[in-house]
Amino acid sequence: MNASSPRRILSADDIQRTLQRMAHQIWERSANSDLALVGVRSRGVTLAERLRPLIEGMACKNVPVGVLDIGLYRDDIGLGSPAPPVRSTEIDFDVSGKDIVLIDDVLFTGRTVRAALNALIDLGRPARVQLLVLIDRGHRELPIQADYVGETVKTYADESIVVHLREDDQADGVFIVNERSQAS
Amino acid sequence: MSRWNSRDCLGLRGVSREEIELVLETARGMKEIQTRTVKKVPTLRGKVVINLFYEPSTRTATSFELAATRLSADVIQIQTGTSSVVKGESVVDTAQTLRVMGADGCVIRHSVSGAPHHLARHIDIPVINAGDGTNEHPTQALLDMFTMKQHHGRIEGLTVVIVGDILHSRVARSNMWGLLTLGAKVRFVGPPTLVPPEVEKLGVEVRHKLDGSFEDADVINLLRVQKERMTANFFPSLAEYSRYYGMNEERLKRTKPGSIVMHPGPMNRGVEITTEVAESPQSVILEQVTNGIAVRMALLYLLIGAERDPQPVKKDAAPAIDTPSLF
Amino acid sequence: MKTLIKHARILEPAAMEDRAADLLIEDGRIADIGLVLSDGEAEIVEAEGLWLFPGLVDIHSHLREPGFEKKETIASGSRAAAAGGITSVVCMANTSPPIDSPTAIEFVLDRAEKTACVRVYPVGALTKGMEGKEMAPIGAMIDAGAVAISDDGRGVMDSYLMLRAMQYAAVFNAPIISHCEEMNLTEGAPINEGRMSTTLGVMGWPREAETIQAGRDMILSLKTGARLHIAHVSAAETVDLIRYYKAKGAPVTAETAPHYLTLTDDATDGFNANAKMNPPLRTAEDQEALFEGLRDGTIDCIATDHAPHTEAEKDQQLAAAPYGIVGFETLLPLLLGPIMERAGFEPLEALALCTYKSARALKLAGGELRVGGPADLVLWDPQAEHVVDSTQFLSKSRNTPYNGWKLKGRVKATYVGGDKVFG
Repeated sequence: MNASSPRRILSADDIQRTLQRMAHQIWERSANSDLALVGVRSRGVTLAERLRPLIEGMACKNVPVGVLDIGLYRDDIGLGSPAPPVRSTEIDFDVSGKDIVLIDDVLFTGRTVRAALNALIDLGRPARVQLLVLIDRGHRELPIQADYVGETVKTYADESIVVHLREDDQADGVFIVNERSQAS
Repeated sequence: MSRWNSRDCLGLRGVSREEIELVLETARGMKEIQTRTVKKVPTLRGKVVINLFYEPSTRTATSFELAATRLSADVIQIQTGTSSVVKGESVVDTAQTLRVMGADGCVIRHSVSGAPHHLARHIDIPVINAGDGTNEHPTQALLDMFTMKQHHGRIEGLTVVIVGDILHSRVARSNMWGLLTLGAKVRFVGPPTLVPPEVEKLGVEVRHKLDGSFEDADVINLLRVQKERMTANFFPSLAEYSRYYGMNEERLKRTKPGSIVMHPGPMNRGVEITTEVAESPQSVILEQVTNGIAVRMALLYLLIGAERDPQPVKKDAAPAIDTPSLF
Repeated sequence: MKTLIKHARILEPAAMEDRAADLLIEDGRIADIGLVLSDGEAEIVEAEGLWLFPGLVDIHSHLREPGFEKKETIASGSRAAAAGGITSVVCMANTSPPIDSPTAIEFVLDRAEKTACVRVYPVGALTKGMEGKEMAPIGAMIDAGAVAISDDGRGVMDSYLMLRAMQYAAVFNAPIISHCEEMNLTEGAPINEGRMSTTLGVMGWPREAETIQAGRDMILSLKTGARLHIAHVSAAETVDLIRYYKAKGAPVTAETAPHYLTLTDDATDGFNANAKMNPPLRTAEDQEALFEGLRDGTIDCIATDHAPHTEAEKDQQLAAAPYGIVGFETLLPLLLGPIMERAGFEPLEALALCTYKSARALKLAGGELRVGGPADLVLWDPQAEHVVDSTQFLSKSRNTPYNGWKLKGRVKATYVGGDKVFG
């Protein structure tokens, strides 16, 4: 493996173990509340779908999962070209009063989470919103922290974290990519 | 990643399959917003959309206004009731005025074919055609296609029959371009006086009798008959029109199971469509209205939400191994 | 004052002569043509590699004066004509007010005398005010100098009136120029009826609007013996009708315009008002019929229908913009380029269409190059390539669909009565 290749930081097993651990943590903190998972498109949704059976197994009750599309809430509309794609938000339960765990794959600048919170709050008034991410790579631009973190990874600004989940990307794995060396 | 390639939406002629599908896909996301209690998203906050209607219109103007306000844009409605030819100078003047007023997008309805194209040549903000003369009405066709796709799950391979005054119909023309691009079979049905010359050369089938022409259709789109066409000798009477080209209960019984009946509105009940047909389970006319807002939101978003001078894709969107992540 | 043009390739279509020779101009006339001429007093013009041919006679144009001086004046139009190698122009009567009286004819001739650098021949209106209702004073206008009678710009809708006008005009041997347009069929139609009008969603201008009136007018010409000239033939069926009535012996001549030979209604795509004209640009099939008509002589000549309009007027929606294009300054490169090529003509045959043949259609002098005749001449550089750029036009107007076309050949100099008026 040379320097320009993506470096794996989590294997499929690592991901599975991490999700197990976070499911436990959620259950510990939310055992008596009206819990719901909301995934941010697209890999946040996949992670939510994986967490659901783990939590349901402990809780012996159904935990609803919603899909949040934050395209319309982004703060860079009109700055990038073309307009970012928009797909539908699919949350078929009332978020009001729910104890919501918002789920995304990577926490970086915090802007996605900001958008997701706004999108969520437009749908109702949750009792509580917590944040779960698989990877926290730092470089925050907004005062946002996650409640559940799978792995904290030190990165440079010009590196990227790429999360692959077998549902969308053949196999599980988290990689760190140096853009400069990628480009060359 | 597909994108809307032009700065404007002047018509569906020349618009690619990918672009149309992008609008329809984006509209799906927009439609969900209309089911919420708070039917508003902050997407176009701080943007100004001017609705420039040179021709009286309530439905389309309202639909565009709702679409823009649900995206949090500010909307200025300018309705000038002049239905005759509005001199080109006034459009140019208006364009310059809009520019200095800081408009971010302009929706135009005009009684002269090509008026939006003319405006677009004189302004550097996105122009959306809300119907120009007898040329195009792209957002109506997009909402029609959205509705067709919602019911049939696809557009490709559908047989779409459009009935009535094809000659003067911008709805028919936009539907024709869009549907042909998406691979549907398009059939125009109307009296020879109301079918444009050489339209077969553009790839549609033309028939002059409704009976025998709608029974195999997946979609029957009935166009509004303008009463003034009768006085201009395009056909003898509304009664005769209704008899040969109107959709009634008896004809409805002969439609293909699962087929839908559409109408761009406003309807002339008892002329091109009877009340029974309009209110039948096959009628999707009210859904068309709902979908219209979603489609217009999608277009406003794609046009006004896009940076006009192409810039390199923002860093924040991470390049990926094989698959790009979204944000 | 003498000018000696040396070593030119002299083309004289009327005599079908094409030779290398020298030509001497003296006192406004062609004094001599010979293999090697010399004259100690003459100004020598070295024309090695250049063509020398008669000044063109354009029998259909709109000089817009009086009334529309923002579009063109007799002065500016004549300079544009000179720049295009045209030494005689026939101007139509649809000015404001229209040229419908002997006084108006005298006005045009007077303005031409004072301001024009080429020969100007006015046409008198067929009806008063060009309203299509009452006959204008045809005799008096002819006597005042009108070379033909026409309501060009509008079709004469009243067949009875057309019949009477022809009967009457025959007395004065005045040709009637027919602008063939059955206006009930053309209302609100900016372009040709067909695939393109359907594509753009605009009303189409059917070819029948032209053929119906062309047919009617030739029937009346045959009946009355009145000389009839069919203006700007655009449709294939009109060519067929002209062929038929010429064979029948009707005293009919006909012209077409360069744009019908080089453009189709495809040029109107994108609502291009600079390709909007009356009659409209047609189709490739029509073009083929027009070329066939030129080859077999059914169509006698080519005229520009030079129709200037201001930029503001043309910069409107297609439906609102006026009809017409400027034609003087693109005529020759189109004629000796794409038109000649597609027709399969020799330069002499091509030039004939805009020189002696067009002059003869209206029985005008000019269009010939002979010793003793007026020195109306064009020096032409057949090799010079250029890209059409309407901002360089001498016409006041810029409305051309040819902008950006790469054409071969340029006018080096134009002489009218021996005076160099361009170059």
